[in-house]
Amino acid sequence: MNSKILVILEQRENKIKKSSLETIEAAKLFASRLNYNFEALVIGNGIENLDILQNTGLSTLTEYKNSDLELYSPSAYKKIIVEHFNKLDGEIILFANTSFAKDLAPRIAASLKAGCVTDCTNFDFSDGNIICSKPIFAGKAISELKVNSPLKVFTIRTNVFKIVPAECKLDIITKHFEAPDLTTKVVEINKQDSKLDVAEADIIISGGRGLKSPENFALIEKLAQAFGAAVGASRAVVDAGWRPHSEQVGQTGKTVSPSLYIACGISGAIQHLAGMSSSKYIVAINKDADAPIFSVADYGITGDVFEILPVLTEQINKLKQ
Amino acid sequence: MKIAVCINYVPDTASKIKLTDDNRIDENGLSYVINPFDEFAIEEALKTKEKFGGEIFAISAGNDAKKEGIKKALAMGVDNGILLKYDGYMDPFNIADNLAAQIKTLGSNIVFFGRQSVDYDNGITGLLTAELLNYNCISIVTKLDIQDNEVTAEREIEGGKEVVKSTLPIVITTQKGLNEPRYATLKGIMASKKKVIEEINITSVSNLVENVSYKLPKVKNPGRILGSDASAVNELVKLLRDEAKII
Repeated sequence: MNSKILVILEQRENKIKKSSLETIEAAKLFASRLNYNFEALVIGNGIENLDILQNTGLSTLTEYKNSDLELYSPSAYKKIIVEHFNKLDGEIILFANTSFAKDLAPRIAASLKAGCVTDCTNFDFSDGNIICSKPIFAGKAISELKVNSPLKVFTIRTNVFKIVPAECKLDIITKHFEAPDLTTKVVEINKQDSKLDVAEADIIISGGRGLKSPENFALIEKLAQAFGAAVGASRAVVDAGWRPHSEQVGQTGKTVSPSLYIACGISGAIQHLAGMSSSKYIVAINKDADAPIFSVADYGITGDVFEILPVLTEQINKLKQ
Repeated sequence: MKIAVCINYVPDTASKIKLTDDNRIDENGLSYVINPFDEFAIEEALKTKEKFGGEIFAISAGNDAKKEGIKKALAMGVDNGILLKYDGYMDPFNIADNLAAQIKTLGSNIVFFGRQSVDYDNGITGLLTAELLNYNCISIVTKLDIQDNEVTAEREIEGGKEVVKSTLPIVITTQKGLNEPRYATLKGIMASKKKVIEEINITSVSNLVENVSYKLPKVKNPGRILGSDASAVNELVKLLRDEAKII
């Protein structure tokens, strides 16, 4: 019998996230290279966007449903997943590397005595072994790891696996889950005025000390709005209290790989470059032509952000109309 | 009350990482600091002691060099230091197993970790330790309140914060934003010099995860400078549309 992979999908407000679809792509890679079978599991209170799973290549989804489980509870979620996985006689569990998985994946690994590698960016399958790559030192180096335990838990970096449609019929099994263990439980979510998060954004507009004052970040926000992008920040401006830590990109902030990263007034300290240099396209706008940020930028403008940002914003707005 | 804080001593974030000829991390010339996320853990342990009394144990695992990190924690005001000593490689599971055993011996029911070490970026040791101890755990915490047996915390998620409720015994992994770590005072530094760091030899059981090799990321070729003023914007927009195909 083929070995089995369980893909854990993540919902927020009962909607499955896009990063979960990328995790299905990672499972498809295992299926094609090692002949594994895969299925998925989601926990919530009635998923509203199940249609996004049509034609992803996924054929079986088990949905665990309970009104106490719309908000995350590590104790309850862990128990459900471990029991399901044991019944399935699975070998591998995959998650997208979001804050949800960062909390849940190691707990499940501990319960299963499974080796756990987080933030994987690549899998190699030579000689029947699974060798996974993960960036370390925020991307200054890459570690290639082999998991020796029979059971394995991987979390997949977001924005790395490309979603490829695959015609497929999806069976959904809904299970009402009674009396979950709610020892540790999320009681509410305080949303940041519905702004996009750098960790999930496909485009990031980041600002640094070159903006000169917190008020001038309005220029960054306007450009981000024009692009439909998230606002990012360098450590210097976060430490100065100009921007919240949730926007910080770099070694003590978030490591990001968007399609486009526009660095404005950021010189490019090594710990910042580590966190963003795997972005697909990088644009740097900085007055200092010697700034290290230009060494990783695909396109650079060695000019004044105060002059360039409004013009760029206007042009993008015009194009989008 | 015994409060435990588990810390690591890692290359400074300004470090450039190089590899040796046999593809290991070249440790020559690296300067080390307390893992930045662990500073928030130490500060929160100190605040917890200020509120409830008791004593704080800083625990680190690794070779003798880790003692320098423990000394810095002692200088910040931590009472005792313990080094779980081993040489070579130990995977996070192994480390968590040994930390859990030590925490059990101490009998601490509040344990702090940094959310992640900025060297190997696993971010799992605190959670593994909690599970092995059968303690509750809240990770990536930016706000914490402990009242009697009840714990309320905020944890950072994409686009917001989760408010989490749990109970003691608990492991908390700390995120930037939780507090402002204090600086060591001269008095603290002097006092820390008199403290003895307890050393306990630990041995590795089989590693679940094994490092096969290290690589450096592909070096990006420096790109094009399009100009030095707003007249370059036209070209930039054109490239983003036609070459990068982003707009």
